[in-house]
Order: sequence, then structure tokens, then C-alpha cells
Amino acid sequence: MKTINKLTLQFIPFTDIEKLDSSGRIKKLLDIILKNKIIILQGKLKADEEARLIEDTMVLVRHIKGFKGVELVVISEDVSELDWFSKFKHGVVRALGQENAITIIGPASVIREIKRDPKKIELFLNK
Amino acid sequence: MFSGIFTGKKNVAIGFYGPPNAGKTTLANRICKDWTGEEIGKVSKIPHETRNVQFREKVEITYKNKSMIFKLVDTPGIATKIDYEEFMRFKLGKKEAQERAKEATQGVIESIKWLEDMDAVVVVVDAVENPYSQVNVTIIGNLAARKIPVLIIANKIDLKKADVKRVEAAFPEYAVVGISAKIGKNMEEFYESLFKLAKKV
Repeated sequence: MKTINKLTLQFIPFTDIEKLDSSGRIKKLLDIILKNKIIILQGKLKADEEARLIEDTMVLVRHIKGFKGVELVVISEDVSELDWFSKFKHGVVRALGQENAITIIGPASVIREIKRDPKKIELFLNK
Repeated sequence: MFSGIFTGKKNVAIGFYGPPNAGKTTLANRICKDWTGEEIGKVSKIPHETRNVQFREKVEITYKNKSMIFKLVDTPGIATKIDYEEFMRFKLGKKEAQERAKEATQGVIESIKWLEDMDAVVVVVDAVENPYSQVNVTIIGNLAARKIPVLIIANKIDLKKADVKRVEAAFPEYAVVGISAKIGKNMEEFYESLFKLAKKV
């Protein structure tokens, strides 16, 4: 008998979280992850928001049975290769938390590991 | 004697950050043993051995006629997931593993909170492991956003599979020093770089 497991990817445009404050953004993302979905977020969180996401994830690991945390990867353009005007634009949108980037976050129960090197990103799923 | 004394900000706090099992406490122990006579914490092959922030005030290092005094802060490894079953692979019982996991989550939270109190950070990564992990990127990204000077240590160069060049390629904007904290290899270059790091504060 074959078992077919469902894998849900949820795409979130940055506009969905743009107007939320940092707490609101992180809560929204973690609420989705707790439903066992993998998030593909257009854009990326600010540096302090990423750290806060890790903190809040750890609180959830402590309090929710079976929740082990998240796997996370951010794919963004290489700023060092941009010309000066593009770097300026990049700086402006970066301050808003949005830039040419994609963030993938998923529960550790679904994503066993995310391996990344300069040329590729591999997601290894749990059986 | 006095011309070489480093006079900068007093009570400079230098944090040792990085993923679990990279060798932060091993390095902190080597420094503390060499300069204060006493280690700072326990080490183990089991990840998340350090689960509380540990610090040593007024660590005085004298190297090539230069001297510096700083507060050394050793932090729990930062991770985005913690699974008690991983600890059981190291022969821990279930209850002990669950307790360790609980303490480890608190350790991660503490590590992140202490970031704002650091004047400079030594990010210790395992030179055998893939340096492109998001944890490394997040830690360094946070430090850059806070304008905290960073020195990256590629640890475990005593191991065959260590690849310092891969760490350098992953973080081209930062000084990277390859060492073995365990056997004390290349510590001279580490101390040179530590002095340079402290000067940036």
C-alpha cells in the first residue's frame, strides 16, 4: 500500500506582511509553520527580525509538544556585484525589509535539513 | 613597556558566538587557561553543552609587547531547531535529553539577548561543516546591522576535512582565521586578529 504524504507550500507576497510590525510578522509566519506548512516568502525579514524569529521559535519548542523548530534559508542577490545606483536602491528597499530575496521557512518536522552552497540550495524532507 | 599597551575602551566585552559544537567554549577555555589560569566552562561532543552565558571579567592578554584587558563572554550555540532525540544518540536517557533540550532553547534565547551588550564578536564556525548555514548568516547579519566588529574563526583545522578557504569564500568581507582551539594551532594569528578586532571598538 502506498502512502502519499501531502506537502503544503504557502507563498506569501511581501505585501502581506509589509504593514505589520515585527511581532506581527513573526507571529503570522510562525502560525503558518505550526500548521506544518513550508513558507515561501517574497523578500526577507530584517536582521533583528530573523533573530527574533529564532527566539520565538525556541519558546515554541519549549512549550509545544512535538515542535522541534524550523529550518530557514534566505536567498538574496549578491549586493557586491551591483553598480552604485543599484546598491543605493538595494539599501532603500533593504531598510523596508523587502528586497530581491526569497525566504523559505519550514517546520523541522517537515524539512530535515537545508543545505546551501554558492551554487544551489537543497531541501531534504523528512520521510 | 608602556608604548605597546593597548589603550582603548575599558571593559570591552567580546562575545564568542556561533552554531552549537563549533568550539566556542574550547577556544574560550584555551584563552582563559592561558591568561587567567582557569577554564570557563565544560566541553563535550554532545551539542549544546554550554546552555548558559558564561563570562570572565578582566581577561588580560599580553602578546608581542601589546596588552589588552577585556570581558570574555562565551555563549550557548545558536540553532533554529532543537530535538531531544538527537541527544539520545549520544547515549543520554530520554528524561535527561528532554531536560537538556529545554535548557538549550533557553540558552539560544539568552545568546541572542546578549548580542546587544557585545562590543565585538568572535564568530566561531566549524571549518569541517558547511559555512553557508542560515544560522551563521543570521548571526553575522545581526552583528553587521548593529555595527559590531566581527572576527570569524574557522575552527578545527586539525581535522582532515577542515576547509578554511570555503569559510573565507562564504564571508569575503570579514577577517577569517583558521585555528584549532583543541590543540592550540595557529593561536598566534588568532591573538594578532583579536587585538585588531578590539581596536575597532
